[in-house]
Amino acid sequence: MALPKVKQDATEARLAVMQVPHASGWLKAARDAALARVQAMGLPSRRDEYWKYTRPETLVQPQAIEAATFTPDEAPMFGEIDRIHIVFVDGVFDAEASDALEGTGVTIERLMSVADTDIHWARDVYGILEARGQDPGERPLAALNTAMATDGVLIHVSGKAEKPINLTYHHKSVSSDAVLHHVVKLDTGAELTLLENGPAAARFNKSMEVEIADGARFHHVRTMGRDHERRAASHIFARLGRESVFKSFTLTANGVLTRNECVIELTGDDAVAHVAGACVGDGNFHHDDTIFVTHDAVNCESRQVFKKVLRNGARGVFQGKILVKQGAQKTDGYQISQSLLLDEDSEFLAKPELEIYADDVACSHGSTSGAIDEEGLFYLRARGVPKGIATDLMTLAFLAEAVDEIEDEVLRSEINGRLAAWLERRRQ
Amino acid sequence: MLEIKDLHVDLEEEEKTILKGVDLTVDAGKVHAIMGPNGSGKSTLSYVLSGRDGYEVTAGSATLAGEDILEMEPEERAAAGLFLAFQYPVEIPGVGNMTFLRTALNAQRKARGEEEMSATDFLKLVREKGKELQIDADMLKRPVNVGFSGGEKKRNEILQMAVLEPRMCILDETDSGLDVDAMKLVAQGVNALRDAGRGFLVITHYQRLLDHIKPDVVHIMADGRIVKTGGPELALEVENNGYADILAEVA
Repeated sequence: MALPKVKQDATEARLAVMQVPHASGWLKAARDAALARVQAMGLPSRRDEYWKYTRPETLVQPQAIEAATFTPDEAPMFGEIDRIHIVFVDGVFDAEASDALEGTGVTIERLMSVADTDIHWARDVYGILEARGQDPGERPLAALNTAMATDGVLIHVSGKAEKPINLTYHHKSVSSDAVLHHVVKLDTGAELTLLENGPAAARFNKSMEVEIADGARFHHVRTMGRDHERRAASHIFARLGRESVFKSFTLTANGVLTRNECVIELTGDDAVAHVAGACVGDGNFHHDDTIFVTHDAVNCESRQVFKKVLRNGARGVFQGKILVKQGAQKTDGYQISQSLLLDEDSEFLAKPELEIYADDVACSHGSTSGAIDEEGLFYLRARGVPKGIATDLMTLAFLAEAVDEIEDEVLRSEINGRLAAWLERRRQ
Repeated sequence: MLEIKDLHVDLEEEEKTILKGVDLTVDAGKVHAIMGPNGSGKSTLSYVLSGRDGYEVTAGSATLAGEDILEMEPEERAAAGLFLAFQYPVEIPGVGNMTFLRTALNAQRKARGEEEMSATDFLKLVREKGKELQIDADMLKRPVNVGFSGGEKKRNEILQMAVLEPRMCILDETDSGLDVDAMKLVAQGVNALRDAGRGFLVITHYQRLLDHIKPDVVHIMADGRIVKTGGPELALEVENNGYADILAEVA
């Protein structure tokens, strides 16, 4: 079917200013296939079902809108953690600032270093999970990423990774337009904690595909940086084998536009997937979580826990779906999306969806928007806690269900500390 | 300690007058009880004194140790030494009991220009006070009042009172929802805090709490006023004859 002219034009205009990076062999094939997907789907427009609440124009237009950089006044995120640190500046790998790409239990390579290999493990993942994630629900920005990504890392985890891998993205140019693509593959029984932090670029398109074999465990904690003007579209595609675990948490503080998509496929029995997010926004803040979880195996558990604190006209969006395929019996699916609106100007738009084709499942979902609980606030104040601090305590308590999805106590307390500091800055 | 003069209070939303001229003075070291039928304004009095929203003071005054408390924010009243033990303690999911209590204590100390209490000293203090009220470490770790039984909630109120050491304590139907054993425990906690420098105002429907917390003065409240004041024998009279006789007598 031909694309609407407007969409066709917008897609062509975007592609006209990009160049598919050099590759031969399998990577070239993957990029060509992705480019064909983009051309067939067209880039997102406001008329698309999953772009009704978030305007895609600035993510699609040929040139990125300039975004002021920001110098953080806090200690570097995850700086106290013993980790393998990999740094990108405006979407380009920075070898000097990074640790050696090596570690016990893991191999790490740059995407461009495999551009001319004939055989590589990543060929079974790169663009493969993204392509699977296009149905149902098109994600053209992810296909664009597969075709055009200029950098990224390929992480192969064969055992229990000794240290977390930390990808840090610095934003130093006001006009940078970065496209990064990472691939992570965990072998049977392997374990990895992946940390990501930073705003990356004026405009950032990032994709990560994660293949999790039987019994493997993947933990992911990301913070998106306090740069306010940057625009970001990110995708996570995860496929889970039997008895495997995927847990992902994202903290977003500030940002005029963030669209985080997460597409999870539970393909092995007894697998567990939790995806959570806490975001705090003030003013012209727009944050969109779009989540799609597919149960295609027996006795799997999935949880989606998303909390948003919005003030001064900030806007939050949640689109979350649980699809339970025929035969995916004993599915335990849970989805909650909640917003705390700190004033009457802020807005939360939620679209929770369940689609179930099995008859022996437990799925629940809920979505709420509300103000601070006045009873609780008065109780705290009646004990001497000043209103501002009491409000912050209640706000952190509201976010706790999402933050508590982080298993590691050190990471959890670091995230809580950042949230408390964000709130405290707004109290002064 | 607490001096209430001719206090008139309306409900903000309904334009309804609840308190129609309350006069009451509680001296330091004394325990006053307020009894009265449902709807007489007892709980409203406690809320107005602690600074809850939704009430409008149309006339009269309330001072704590000479300071006008009606103009203060709720947290300022607490720092000034006023404490309300809630009839229905509020559950606050996500806020740990210990975090809450330590934040409250240190906020009050800060407001009074005192030094904050260290984490170690605080832990010691809470454990010691908790032990007397049979509040174990698990209850202290849980979120404020979440999943607490009725008795646990009321014991938690008294624990807060013991830790914060207010000079004026208002107990709003602290006996409601308590069995006899729990009531004794709560009363013991209150009695342990009785002190020459501290005043108590105990609001209750029933005389039985006053068997355990012996009042110096008993007031009967009806239709927004204190209609009769006497000694402990007044509570017994209510227990035996109900409010009808007293109300008829003052009508």
